[in-house]
Amino acid sequence: MIPTLLGVSIIVFLMLRLTPGDPAELLLGERATEEALFEVREHLGLNEPLHVQYGLFLQRLSQGDLGETIFTRQKVWIEIKQRFPATIELSLLALVISCCLGIFLGIVSATKQYSIFDYASMVGALVGVSMPIFWLGLIFMIIFSLNLGWLPISGRLSVHIDLEVITNFYILDSILTQNWAALKDTLWHIIMPAVTLSTIPTAIVARMTRSAMLDVLRQDYIKTAKAKGLSSFKVTYKHALRNALIPVVTTIGLQFGVMLGGAILTETIFAWPGVGKWMYHGIEQRDYMVIQGGTLFIATIFVLINLVVDVLYAVVNPRISVQ
Amino acid sequence: MKEENNNKDPHDRHPMLEQLSQLWKNKPAIAGLIIIVTFILAAIFAPWISPHDPLEVSLYDQIKPPVWHETGAWKNILGTDDLGRDTLSRIIWGSRVSLQVALFAVGLAFAIGTFLGAVAGYFKGKLDSAIMRIMDMILAFPYLLLAIVVVAYLGPSLENAMMAIAITYVPRFARIVRGSVLEEAEKDYVMAEHALGAKNRRIIFLAILPNCLGPLIVLTTLSMASAILDSAALSFLGLGAQPPIPEWGAMIARSRGLILRASWVMTFPGVAILLAVLGFNLFGDGLRDALDPRLRD
Repeated sequence: MIPTLLGVSIIVFLMLRLTPGDPAELLLGERATEEALFEVREHLGLNEPLHVQYGLFLQRLSQGDLGETIFTRQKVWIEIKQRFPATIELSLLALVISCCLGIFLGIVSATKQYSIFDYASMVGALVGVSMPIFWLGLIFMIIFSLNLGWLPISGRLSVHIDLEVITNFYILDSILTQNWAALKDTLWHIIMPAVTLSTIPTAIVARMTRSAMLDVLRQDYIKTAKAKGLSSFKVTYKHALRNALIPVVTTIGLQFGVMLGGAILTETIFAWPGVGKWMYHGIEQRDYMVIQGGTLFIATIFVLINLVVDVLYAVVNPRISVQ
Repeated sequence: MKEENNNKDPHDRHPMLEQLSQLWKNKPAIAGLIIIVTFILAAIFAPWISPHDPLEVSLYDQIKPPVWHETGAWKNILGTDDLGRDTLSRIIWGSRVSLQVALFAVGLAFAIGTFLGAVAGYFKGKLDSAIMRIMDMILAFPYLLLAIVVVAYLGPSLENAMMAIAITYVPRFARIVRGSVLEEAEKDYVMAEHALGAKNRRIIFLAILPNCLGPLIVLTTLSMASAILDSAALSFLGLGAQPPIPEWGAMIARSRGLILRASWVMTFPGVAILLAVLGFNLFGDGLRDALDPRLRD
């Protein structure tokens, strides 16, 4: 994992340096004064050889110093820390939706192979993996917010709702403070972005679960279990599912990481105040410190998730030992 | 002809014929192929079949609804956008943009990835670990994020979006080719080539790679699907196609402001993206079923 993280830091480090043009000018814009440019060059060590610059970069990173944003002059790390719970809350809910729905659809499709339900859910899954989610999100808005008026169109919490923020995870905060009005309002706000974000993972998990289940259901030990006279429910959910879930766990873990990337799209559409939307504004303003910090942060989380998935994989699959 | 074949043992047939007939029987795959061909034809014949100039601004025809709407007219079958540009024509020209971007991006990733993967798998050792380490570094990023960031640094344009997508797709090709090459390199025919004194280059590209084509074709088709999706996403974020280029993602982004007044303007480009991606996914799935016997029922 350490080499991967170092790799991530090298790529992020090189991006700014390899971009055509003077990095200091990229950071400060064309109208920067000579003194300001000089200061930035000194600070980033841009006059030093590349490996010295990288050493400096790593040294700052190890102290949790991601620099300051160019336009708002805020610490990048603090900006991320404020916004990250919103992103995680959204991605986690989307993950829960896609696990529950995807695994359910996959199991039923596999146990009723070639039935109408199987065809319908697999066509649905195919449409799901082909879905431009930024468009789907807007369509949801048109239907559920503008036409039906059921759900709020954007944001995380209505203005008139007071919520005492403790962890910045609004669902958790409203439960902790037993603020049920806020809980309802938060859920109302999060449901549309979460469903949008979960579309592609749900479809992928459903397809994966179906094929894994079909694979397992064909094996001899399932026949044995059936021959022993176990109920088909028990065979499906106790005997087959446990083995079928092994490849699905990996897929789910990967999808969680992919969601962090997709969060830029979803958060931008729904004005969700997370890291993704913040990065999008950073890109619009060409704030390279925001882009660099955000990328580094999300990639680190992505690597950590992959590590967790590897461990989980060994937990659900005792044939593989954790090294 | 067909009946004659059925009487024979299917193993007698050339494997490729067997695979083609497998594919032909797969209705979803054929549906996908039809969708793909339709979009390709639309892209090639765009200047002749699109009813209007996609860039033609007409202030009299702003935000016209589609023809089946009460106030719609046959002049603009799918309506017009806020500048009075014909949506159908822009979608038809947009298929040119999307297919081109996807083709170049996937082509580039294919070329680089296949080369790197083949070299890594064939020579093994330090070269292999060095190449695969770099691939792992790229894979350590959520790929859409990486594409977004690369364009953010290079500057928004269609070419840079293409480059960014290509970079993020290289590891997939490298991995799959490396795996196949590692497997193939152990086989007897490769030993025979060695014994005949063939050069490494010849062995890799003329002997081994043709035998790894199956998974590569599948990956290429499925990558076309995701490249169309990703380039549309980049353009939606303003990082790909710049105005006034008719590109599906950019069309959706532009008509976001009309969401209250004229929701249809952003509906149709989305349908086009969905259909094109679906076509490649359907066909890719069919190809995988036909080409990869391990996955066949």
